[in-house]
Amino acid sequence: MLAYIIRRLLYAIPVLIGVNLITFMLFFVVNTPDSIARMQLGAKRVTPAAIEAWKAERGYDRPYFYNAAEDGPNRFTNTIFFDKSVRVMAFDFGRSDDGRSISRDILDRMGPSLALAIPTLLVGLLVNITFALLLVFFRASYIDTAGVVLCVFLMSISSLFYIIGGQYLAGKLMHLVPISGYSPGWDSIKFLILPVIIGVVGGIGAQTRWYRTLFLEEAGKDYVRTARAKGLSELRVLFRHVLKNGMIPILTGVVVILPLLFLGSLIMESFFGIPGLGSYTIDAINKQDFAIVRAMVFLGSVLYIIGLLLTDISYTLVDPRIRLS
Amino acid sequence: MGKLWLAGLVAAGVAGCSQPWNDPYPDIGSGESVLFESFFEKPRHLDPALSYAANEVEFTAQIYEPALQYHYFRRPYELVPLAADAVPEPEYLDAERRPLPANAPAADIAFSRYTIDIQPGIRYQPHPAFARDAGGKPLYMNLSAQDVSSLESPQQFAQLGSRELKAADYVHQIKRLANPRAHSPILGLMNEHIVGLAAFTERVKQADAALQAERGRDAYVDLTQYDIEGVEVLGDHRFSILVEGQYPQLRFWLAMPFFAPVPPEASRFYQQKALRDRNMTLDTFPVGTGPYMLTVNDPNRRMVLEKNPNFRGEPFPAPADPEAASDYPVGQTMPFIDRVVFSLEKEQIPYWNKFLQGYYDASGISSDSFGEAIRVDRNGEPHLTQTMARRGVTLKTTVSPAIYYLGFNMQDDVVGGDDERARLLRRAISIALDYESYIAIFRNGRGIAAQGPIPPGIFGTQDGEQGINPYVYDWDNGRARRKSVEHARELLARAGYPGGVNEQTGEPLLLNLDTPATGPEFKAQLDWMRKQFSKLNIQLVVRATAYNRFQEKLASGAVQLFQSGWLADYPDPENFLFLLYGPNGSVDHNGENVANYDNERFDQLFRQMRIMDNGPQRQALIRQMVDIVQRDAPWIWGFYPRTYILHQAWLNNGNPNAMANNTLKYLQIEPQQRLAKQNAWNDPVIWPLPALAGILLAGLLPGFLVYRRRERQAPVVKS
Repeated sequence: MLAYIIRRLLYAIPVLIGVNLITFMLFFVVNTPDSIARMQLGAKRVTPAAIEAWKAERGYDRPYFYNAAEDGPNRFTNTIFFDKSVRVMAFDFGRSDDGRSISRDILDRMGPSLALAIPTLLVGLLVNITFALLLVFFRASYIDTAGVVLCVFLMSISSLFYIIGGQYLAGKLMHLVPISGYSPGWDSIKFLILPVIIGVVGGIGAQTRWYRTLFLEEAGKDYVRTARAKGLSELRVLFRHVLKNGMIPILTGVVVILPLLFLGSLIMESFFGIPGLGSYTIDAINKQDFAIVRAMVFLGSVLYIIGLLLTDISYTLVDPRIRLS
Repeated sequence: MGKLWLAGLVAAGVAGCSQPWNDPYPDIGSGESVLFESFFEKPRHLDPALSYAANEVEFTAQIYEPALQYHYFRRPYELVPLAADAVPEPEYLDAERRPLPANAPAADIAFSRYTIDIQPGIRYQPHPAFARDAGGKPLYMNLSAQDVSSLESPQQFAQLGSRELKAADYVHQIKRLANPRAHSPILGLMNEHIVGLAAFTERVKQADAALQAERGRDAYVDLTQYDIEGVEVLGDHRFSILVEGQYPQLRFWLAMPFFAPVPPEASRFYQQKALRDRNMTLDTFPVGTGPYMLTVNDPNRRMVLEKNPNFRGEPFPAPADPEAASDYPVGQTMPFIDRVVFSLEKEQIPYWNKFLQGYYDASGISSDSFGEAIRVDRNGEPHLTQTMARRGVTLKTTVSPAIYYLGFNMQDDVVGGDDERARLLRRAISIALDYESYIAIFRNGRGIAAQGPIPPGIFGTQDGEQGINPYVYDWDNGRARRKSVEHARELLARAGYPGGVNEQTGEPLLLNLDTPATGPEFKAQLDWMRKQFSKLNIQLVVRATAYNRFQEKLASGAVQLFQSGWLADYPDPENFLFLLYGPNGSVDHNGENVANYDNERFDQLFRQMRIMDNGPQRQALIRQMVDIVQRDAPWIWGFYPRTYILHQAWLNNGNPNAMANNTLKYLQIEPQQRLAKQNAWNDPVIWPLPALAGILLAGLLPGFLVYRRRERQAPVVKS
């Protein structure tokens, strides 16, 4: 397995270089160094001299990929691409265009994102799996039909509606929790209860339907029939045998998104005032802050690769028939 | 699940029984002397050499003390001393730098010198940059990453120091405007006026480049080693600034954070890499002498200002109306509030609801909540709704010193130019664009249709019939009435476009509007704009582009019509009329005159007007200038925005002042009243929780019954 992991990590290097290159090209197709400078210098009294000075100071006054004015390796190293993108490969994220340390900002904002994402994931899994198994228990009955209709209904509602409706009911009408805000430590619980519940409720429809399909497929297999023939109760069959085997695709689906939980949720964090990473990339795109954009795209790619690797490893853990080679 | 939630909430309620459950400040007592405010977007710069945007100055103005400030009450806006002893008067000098009398002809004046005396005894906030050991050596000028690994703010250093404010600190800040790493937005302007600043800029730039080449990017130029010819330290508490010719507007700049003092110790302290890696810089943690100091800078959640323990105190000013003096704590020492907590609120709905719950002490009014807060009477005057009035909320309104306009590119072949045909076309469009309806539809009445480039409240504006734009309005029954669309069509025909068709080519008239309004929220406004042009059968093509691309188009003149606006830097007509001054054209001179309007007579009058003191003569010149631009119509004058602010009943001394930004020191709160109201308004409603649990159980019951029946059912054996 170790050889497999090393091989996969080596495969990741060209992928990350490619991601870096594509990010760089896409960003600079849309934005020029001049327009970035204008964005950073503000709306009033921006002179061409100020734009040139800003570009020179930030290294945006060089060619993109090839500097014909230089000699030797400097032709490639004294370029915007090398200066802005290659250092990222060593996880040196540098500073944003407004001078803040990007690594520091990411570390500061990661905690609140995880504080919201992890409980939402875990509670959501518990609720959705239980609900899906109950629907399977009552399969082909009115309860099953009503449950599926409820799931379709929940799926059809915009996540924004859950957020605004939840804030209106729990925050504005019932005064149970703060409408928005955040506080570190144990105080965070009162700020996270509502977004976690909304996150869970918002995910019930789609997740439960998917899990129900998985469990239904599993419930029709021979080993389940054998278990029933042995005289096991239906609940025991579902929660002990069907759940265990049905968890394989669920687990792999969850493991792949685990690393991405670090990146936060844009809308949820924005409405609830949670100081996470959710809006970091979008804000950077709006401000044309390439330093943050390339750092976050790179980090997202790394986390996604790690997620895929963990998925492969998790296959071997939950299904002994699979071996990585 | 429901029961668990209830149990959790009850436990939380018991833990914090003195505050409502939904209190968003569990770590701060609402009964304390704390003001709760919000911010919508993180301030990008708090370095006084850089901060220019309103959301930045909102913080820096409380921390830094420039030499001057605006009087809190007096209108028109009036400069008064802040850290200075007095508002400086210029001393005029000839080309040989010999003094001239105050009434010397403008042609003889080669330089003006402003000498500023700083009050003695002003001290900086406690800060580690001033901390020294027993031998008098700075304690924290050689920090490693490990030294600061546990610190979030400079206030957390073990030793803090302070010292008296010196005139040299003001001079240091003027030098910082030229710092090649800072990119101050006013450097270009000040290079034109302050004697020797341009040469200083060049010297420092070269020194910085040499230093970087030698010691890398972490090396910084020590600005104290260089001097500006026209800026002199004349003593511990006196310095002077020499400007080319006459530049009376310098006094206004002296009231802005750009000219606030920055101690060289702070510059050196924040140049340390270990601090920069922890986001501790002069751009994030300012060092000032003002009533407040920034102790928490978490721009993604919260910014906290706390009372500066070293602040000297300042008496509350007397209001302009002596009869109102009893309403204010005149003469009492400011600031009154111990702490100001700014919370990030990106969305309007939670922000507004938290104001209604008493968790914000003041609020603006978005379009969504306008109807809930304001009712407009038949005369168009705003009043609070009964709900707001019952809560004791007060409404403060003011006309912002700003203008939003639609400009014509005067270099464009169709809409531009100085000939009568183009003038008639521009006037016709000016009439057709019904800004009164725009203000009613899109701004809930929060605006005044503009008659010219200068907003109300700025010297030079005129009220009544004298103040209207006679090319667009008639004076009718004591009010300005927009001319009819028929009149506009007539003008259009005279311009050579009868019925919106070019009479020479037979082609329909098609115009392009460039705008930075790119989001879907602007669609209705742009549709309205098209509809206004269609009144004259003119087809309008809207070209929405990102803001910086839009700026590039303006700079290069690649526009025909464009939306723009201007918020005053200072309350002087020069700050609006310079937007139409020919030598300030954006295409030819990289200036702020983005319409590229160029009228010789206007420019001549502008040069006279800008160096005059306010008075009848200046008023007469401004009248002539406004007449010229109203006739030529390089802009459709648009509107002057009105700002509405709501204050809770427990917030006192509020007085809208569009020019002063250092207004937190004037405010007082009654925290116990706030706490009582918050408790009354936020009593938790828990009965729905058991009801919800009951519904859930009732929903589960049929399932349970089916389960029981199935479990008891005898197995069926098929044969």
